Amino acid sequence: MELVCPAGNLPMLKAAVDHGADAVYIGFRDDTNARHFAGLNFNDKQIREGLHYAHDHKVKVFVAINTYAQPNGWERWTAAVDRAVDLGVNAIILADMGVLDYAANRYPHVNLHLSVQGSATNPAAIRFMHRHFGIKRVVVPRVLSLAQVAHLIEETPVPVEIFGFGSLCVMVEGRCLLSSYACGQSPNTYGACSPAAHVEWRDTAQGQETRLGGVLIERRSLNEPAGYPTLCKGRYDVAGELRHAIEEPTSLNTLDILPGILAAGVSAIKIEGRQRSTRYVAQVAQVWREAIDACQRNPDAFRPKDSWHQILAQVSEGAQTTIGPYHRPWH
Amino acid sequence: MPTTSHSTPRLTLGPILYHWSREQVFDFYAEMLETPVAVIYLGETICSKRRLLRPEDYWELAERVAAAGKEPVISTLALIEADSELKTLQRICADERFLIEANDLAGLDFLEGRPFVTGHSINLYNQRTLAFLAARGLKRWVLPVELGRETAAALIQTRPDGVECELFAYGRLPLAYSARCFTAYNRNLSKDDCQFCCGDYPDGLLISTQEAMPFLALNGIQTQSATTHNLLSVLPEVTQMGVELLRISPQSTHTADIVRVFADTLAGKLAAADGTAQLRAWCPSVLSDGYWTGKAGIATA
Repeated sequence: MELVCPAGNLPMLKAAVDHGADAVYIGFRDDTNARHFAGLNFNDKQIREGLHYAHDHKVKVFVAINTYAQPNGWERWTAAVDRAVDLGVNAIILADMGVLDYAANRYPHVNLHLSVQGSATNPAAIRFMHRHFGIKRVVVPRVLSLAQVAHLIEETPVPVEIFGFGSLCVMVEGRCLLSSYACGQSPNTYGACSPAAHVEWRDTAQGQETRLGGVLIERRSLNEPAGYPTLCKGRYDVAGELRHAIEEPTSLNTLDILPGILAAGVSAIKIEGRQRSTRYVAQVAQVWREAIDACQRNPDAFRPKDSWHQILAQVSEGAQTTIGPYHRPWH
Repeated sequence: MPTTSHSTPRLTLGPILYHWSREQVFDFYAEMLETPVAVIYLGETICSKRRLLRPEDYWELAERVAAAGKEPVISTLALIEADSELKTLQRICADERFLIEANDLAGLDFLEGRPFVTGHSINLYNQRTLAFLAARGLKRWVLPVELGRETAAALIQTRPDGVECELFAYGRLPLAYSARCFTAYNRNLSKDDCQFCCGDYPDGLLISTQEAMPFLALNGIQTQSATTHNLLSVLPEVTQMGVELLRISPQSTHTADIVRVFADTLAGKLAAADGTAQLRAWCPSVLSDGYWTGKAGIATA
């Protein structure tokens, strides 16, 4: 089982490689990837250096081109595919059927992965994408229980990658428009959920307010921690009651079910967080490297160490974690 | 720039997105057959646990729709996770009497090679995807709701012959799908013991911001906008653009009235401003149309 770690810049890529990643995923500096944040991502020179470093350490590099192209700007996506191929990356992670069609026809020998943003959650969807684009791997959205993941793996010839740790999307990825509803830009169209330019923080007499596109998505007392400002983790009025109507500010951590993930036949486990720090990826990669190695040596005796949980808890957003959809009661 | 004249778009009725009683559903369609909609989409698209109507019931309704001189289209589930859901989809797609709308990629696998429709939850964002799907049998696509006039116009200009464009023209916007049932979650029920509580909210469960602004509507595993998207004021523009179909998404009351407002406005018998005033009175909260002009979906032009 491969450990796939995020890198938002060159120091992060090197830290991921140094701390046990089997593969690192990155993006270009534009809206062709789903972490289109200011100051993040790679130019070609940095990618070349990163590729050298990773390949010297026998670590693979994937490039995510996983947003949806519109007619105005289409060439940016095909150019991104061309660049990724020219740079010699190990795989390209795509979501858009049009971009997949371009890549599969133009570069039939390049490894294509279906991004989580491609929204394939069942064997028939994967079969369709495999038949037409020859995808070599599918990253499945965070909607399936572990039992469903295991069944999916039995039913599909395409190796399956799942998210194991990091920020938790509550909605099926690639089909969530909440961000653009509030502010006009979404992961699909812009490459970011709740883009920073549309987020406003303000201290008021009633508490600290977070607004997205002017919409009040959270108001908390000043001593409560503030997470990444996604509107699905805010508190709202539901029939007169103030509550986290969609999800609490929590992040995903599947360390406790790692033996089940391994037994299910998962091919790769992905760590979320290209927008996080070098320290984050170093710590998370190291914990997951140790955990995967321990679990593969002896899955029956696997028990996550307290120290692993402590380290992961420190870097989790919202300071609480969940097994999320892999555990049926979450649904 | 040369201008071409386009025929007036036909009105369609989207699938019922909510969990209404069986009797209410049959009454609703009996009423809809008397309205000027040209196409009626039939089927459960949100939750596989909702089984008050079976595929057989929808096929029977489809026969009635066809007998009334309208086009029936069978709609399918938007998020397929469980094996049982996939098997139901396969069974629906094995029936070739009616056109079928795919709402999950799985539908494309079953429908490839014969005429089909893609709903707004299939990510068709560009001309290459459109051409790719057209080569597989796409006959009509519903534009993803976050896309606006610029992309709609560009796609229509470059589309393959014979492929029709449908816009989501009226209704609470379908914004997201999840493994979680948000209606049950907010009633402190588990999804496996949901007690079909979504049936208590015939237009979705409203959630408002902490300053009392209506924001979203929860409908089982689907999150909708609280605002009602409305393109009534841009009908001349979409007609000129070459859009063939305009979808009205059912709400629990006044849907027939809303269809007539759209039909009368398209026919030039009603001013858009007057029609909009009526829609404002009938929609569950407030109107919006921001997506059409490239703004936030919640905004109004």
